[in-house]
Amino acid sequence: MAALDIEQVRKEFGRERVLKDVSLSIESGQFLILVGPSGCGKSTLMNAIAGLEPVTSGRILIDGEDVTHRTPAERDIAMVFQSYALYPSMTVRQNISFGLEMRKVPKAEREQAVERVADLLQISHLLKRKPAQLSGGQRQRVAMGRALAREPKVYLFDEPLSNLDAKLRVDMRTEIKKLHQRLGTTIVYVTHDQVEAMTLADKIAVMRDGHILQLGSPDEVYNNPVDMFVAGFMGSPSMNFIKATLEGGKGACQLRIATPEEADLVLPWPSARGADELAERAGQTVILGLRPEHFSEEDERLTSQAEGTLLTACVSVVEPTGADILLRLPLGQGEVTARVGPKCAITAGERLALRVDMDRAVLFDADSEHRIA
Amino acid sequence: MANVIRRRGIKARVGRGVLYAVLITAALFYALPLIVMLMTSFKPLSEITAGSLLSLPQDPTLAPWAKAWGEACTGMRCEGVGGYFWNSFAIVIPAVLISTAIGALNGYALTKWRFKGSELVFALMLFGCFIPFQVVLLPMAQTLGWLGLSSSRSGLVLVHVVFGIAFTTLFFRNFYVGIPDELVSAAKLDGAGFFRIFWRILLPVSAPIIVVSIIWQFTQIWNDFLFGVAFSGHSTQPVTVALNNLVNTSTGVSEYNVNMAAAMIAALPTLLVYVLAGKYFVRGLTAGSVKG
Repeated sequence: MAALDIEQVRKEFGRERVLKDVSLSIESGQFLILVGPSGCGKSTLMNAIAGLEPVTSGRILIDGEDVTHRTPAERDIAMVFQSYALYPSMTVRQNISFGLEMRKVPKAEREQAVERVADLLQISHLLKRKPAQLSGGQRQRVAMGRALAREPKVYLFDEPLSNLDAKLRVDMRTEIKKLHQRLGTTIVYVTHDQVEAMTLADKIAVMRDGHILQLGSPDEVYNNPVDMFVAGFMGSPSMNFIKATLEGGKGACQLRIATPEEADLVLPWPSARGADELAERAGQTVILGLRPEHFSEEDERLTSQAEGTLLTACVSVVEPTGADILLRLPLGQGEVTARVGPKCAITAGERLALRVDMDRAVLFDADSEHRIA
Repeated sequence: MANVIRRRGIKARVGRGVLYAVLITAALFYALPLIVMLMTSFKPLSEITAGSLLSLPQDPTLAPWAKAWGEACTGMRCEGVGGYFWNSFAIVIPAVLISTAIGALNGYALTKWRFKGSELVFALMLFGCFIPFQVVLLPMAQTLGWLGLSSSRSGLVLVHVVFGIAFTTLFFRNFYVGIPDELVSAAKLDGAGFFRIFWRILLPVSAPIIVVSIIWQFTQIWNDFLFGVAFSGHSTQPVTVALNNLVNTSTGVSEYNVNMAAAMIAALPTLLVYVLAGKYFVRGLTAGSVKG
């Protein structure tokens, strides 16, 4: 049975439709991440699950029970807020046990629960402090402790790491992942950070304008995006989109990329990847999607075996990140980003030979922006 | 605290001297009435009729204060303003507490449990801050009559509560707007209800605005004269009304020293409240704008 089921939920504020027939379901113990740009409806969906805002229509089920019309208190869920929302007048201990106290849990049990989560999150030494006396990272831990103490059916995390500095954010991300692996909790997690989404999730739901565009594993969402929006949203630096014309017939397709002031670049499409269906689109304009890592530096020692199609271009910008080097180079009408190894000795203005891994490339319809191959 | 670098030339110093002179003169000008009142209240009557208004008391005495408190005539009775002083407290304390409590609940409901039209309700309540007192005198008198509260202390308490709610609601609403809604959401998920959230989460952080509301209401209600004179009976008059009667009672010579002492007695509580809690008042008013 699914831990959380959302069935055609719709939410309207006056005439504005914020959620448009959103449906999804997650199994017990799964980690679901809602990502999307701001204003896509992910926080509204979260509030709807929490019961903080009523939905216009649709159903929400937790553990198979319809909770659509229940108050937040009756839903058995806990939430970690972006601002942590710790009760300022209470100590850490009181903050953690407040939810249990409201549910009339006996004092001895409350104390046990506090000790348990304080151990788990290593905040035992902070129990007597007030939230104002804690650092950002400590507040974050207390906020998680407050959620964990109640052992609810579903945990909601609303951009919990966005107020932390970069290093702490990475540490806490790892810690949340560890906690999830250890406790097997069911989590719905909202973020606009696609790295968080990729690293934490069992399932990612990419949202835009009140719709879920794609619901799948991180691998599916990253490597098999349903449309240009998902493809561009996931991954950093984001996917390169190149306008091309589809040519050829059955069994042998190729992409012609018009390049100003130079001869057109022609990239053969791997015949194993649905060349037959593509043949019907011959002559149409399509968008080729290539991630920066689909490019690789041409290496003479590998020339004979290396897969992919060779191209050469004049590098305009070189951006070393330490672990690798990002290159900006003209391709077709625009510029693309390519990721090459850190040893690549290239300076701006030089020509470089690159291989393109067409096996991992994706194609989109130029008008609908939907994936075609 | 002198964290300003100033010009040092002779011209600048002279300019500064003139500036100080003007400021000190202005300050004295404003303080003078109070100083004269205080000095006069400690002088025997003979010194007032003979001497200058500004001279220091030659032979200071507490007699005018004692007379003002216990013997001076206010209209027909000659029992001083002492009894009316306690009357004022009996009216002010419940009125302040009740209007502050209602204002706090209103502010909480209007910001954390928004309903359709809550902004309109708030806007209408704000009207209450701008309604001139005299407009409601007649309808209020009629209403108090219907309720059987004419000329009673409870009636005056009710009038002050009704008038105070507009201000206290404004204070608390503006304070609670600055408190994150997520706190209330978190408490809802934790299982707390309307009153529990108010009592356990919001009220403990409301001290600054409670102080503001209490000082404001205390001062307003203590200093009220119009409602006091309109809706009180002989025995339920607040001290402001008694003071007026005392000063206007025209039998024999005007005892300026007694009048001044009575005026000081009537003014002391509000002065004291401001001296003791004034800094919290300023802090509370700015609490919303400066993040702690």
